[in-house]
Amino acid sequence: MFRYVTAAVAATVLVVLLAMTTFLLVQAWPAVRTAGGDFLTERQWFPDATPARFGIAALLWGTLLTSVQALVVAVPVAIGSALYVTEYARPAVGRWIGYLVDVLAAVPSVVYGLWGLLFLVPRMVPLQRFLADHLGFLPFFRNPDDIYGKSVFAASVVLALMILPIVAAVSREVFRQVPRDLREASLALGATRWEMIRTSVLPASRSGVVGAVILGLGRALGETIAVALVLASTFDIDLRILEPGGNTIAANIATKFGEAGEIGRSALIASGLVLFAITLAATVAARGVIRRTGVVGRP
Amino acid sequence: MSTSPVTSSALRTNRMGRGEGLAAAGAGVILTGVAFWLTPLQGRADFLVVAYLAGVAAYLVGAARLEGRRSVVDRLAAVLMVTAVGICLLALGSVLVYTAARGVKALDWYFFTHSMNGVGPRDDAGGAYHAIIGTLEQVLLAALISVPAGLLIAIYLTEYGRGRLASLVRTVIDVMVGIPSIVAGLFIYAFWVLGLDRGFSGLAAALALSILMLPIVVRSAEEMIKLVPAALREASYALGIPRWRTILRVVLPTASAGITTGVMLAVARVTGETAPLLLTAFGFDSIRNDPFSGPQSSLPLFVFSQASSAFSTAVDRAWAGALTLIAVVLLLTVAARLVTRRNRLV
Repeated sequence: MFRYVTAAVAATVLVVLLAMTTFLLVQAWPAVRTAGGDFLTERQWFPDATPARFGIAALLWGTLLTSVQALVVAVPVAIGSALYVTEYARPAVGRWIGYLVDVLAAVPSVVYGLWGLLFLVPRMVPLQRFLADHLGFLPFFRNPDDIYGKSVFAASVVLALMILPIVAAVSREVFRQVPRDLREASLALGATRWEMIRTSVLPASRSGVVGAVILGLGRALGETIAVALVLASTFDIDLRILEPGGNTIAANIATKFGEAGEIGRSALIASGLVLFAITLAATVAARGVIRRTGVVGRP
Repeated sequence: MSTSPVTSSALRTNRMGRGEGLAAAGAGVILTGVAFWLTPLQGRADFLVVAYLAGVAAYLVGAARLEGRRSVVDRLAAVLMVTAVGICLLALGSVLVYTAARGVKALDWYFFTHSMNGVGPRDDAGGAYHAIIGTLEQVLLAALISVPAGLLIAIYLTEYGRGRLASLVRTVIDVMVGIPSIVAGLFIYAFWVLGLDRGFSGLAAALALSILMLPIVVRSAEEMIKLVPAALREASYALGIPRWRTILRVVLPTASAGITTGVMLAVARVTGETAPLLLTAFGFDSIRNDPFSGPQSSLPLFVFSQASSAFSTAVDRAWAGALTLIAVVLLLTVAARLVTRRNRLV
């Protein structure tokens, strides 16, 4: 009897999720029908205008740009701190660093947004100006208008902080699973500690770390409020990360939802479905890679 | 590392001691100071960056002179890892300290006892009472939905689950972990608010939050139930107690500390969620005690709406709300860790 109660609850969850997905598709349909193929190629977002002109091209670009850049910032720091905890620090110290890095994950995203907007953005202006002045010949550091502020660069630093703990936590687990014998074998051959890490720890944990990075990517893709606060919402497609502007699918939903009309809300739901599909792909890929290594990543 | 009594000096090379390393790094920093004093270089942030680089460079040069190339690479790697940890701690400290410093300004009794009803962005009045009520009700409802459901699913997966349904449920829970919170909000918006035409409400927000809580509860409960020793169950079966009673009276109580930790971490996580609430609770400036109909506010929504304003009075309120939120979430997180300490299974 009890057995069937538990099974029924489990089945109910499946049914509810299926129902919700169906409703999501149904609600997204009017917008997709209105926009047609333009939904994938159009940059502007005027779903409630007549004629309606909207599409996710710029949003999708902005989502990928901020997320990839957040990874570029976060992954070295996360892996470095994870290696410090597992390979260098004394166990007690390592445990405390682990706790503190986990606290970074507990900070609500709206607080990151507020802090990013009012603390980080003004303080990053000199750095951004420095990059534009001295490395402006690189396409992504170009900033012809010489105006600095709520840029993709600043947003992705905030995002990087938010995904750092998940990448660090999973990497830590992965490094801990590397057999002691491998480490001792290379130390016994006279390797320095770094040579030991490079030849034993990193190769053995490569796929696990890849999984951790994809998990972080999934987080970055879906992050909403912090990005909505730190980015000025524009609809351009370019590489110039120091310019004020940029937008993401999730942030666009948060900023446009309040003022959206009927088609507007349907369009936001459709864009959310695209986001869902991308993060789903990322999650499935990450799970697959991590499962293979035997470490099950925590949520 | 203890020194070996065997005289094998050929295997041991010169070592740079801690004192020598510190001296080299210190020399780099002092040189930077002199350079900033004598040349047009200036700025506190610039000084810190240049001093850091000079200190590391001097330290590595010392290592190169005393120990050789391989050791330089080794020490550089160690320095970079310490730097990575430093960046993490610096970021954490900066977020916490800055929020606390800005937050205490507008944080007083008035803030906790008044709503935003009729308060304009420039008015130096208003508080978060309505938002705190909203958050309490929404999170409580979310927990009431997702904790029993999560526990039953975890029991199903660990005790009974075999075959197609179980593997399907496992996959779905795996997928749910990765659902972005805004998409969870969209789910409930499309399903509950629009599809079933229930409109915005605290309950809708609670439903969205329970989508986010459920997989965390299931995962942690599953892990904890798996840790319960088989001997305990067998003892119970040997006394002729049926399986369902064994699960409810022996397995769950044994795993309760760990399950509580999981639930508290899940509550801490969803308390700070903003994005799904935007689409489900929508936000509201006055006090609404009834979570079942009509838009409601919540602490994260309150912070978000005040932060979007250009006026400093509103921004002060946002910081006060952020500090309250961070305090609640961190208290829950720390309390969850303390419960783990008492856990007999880990």
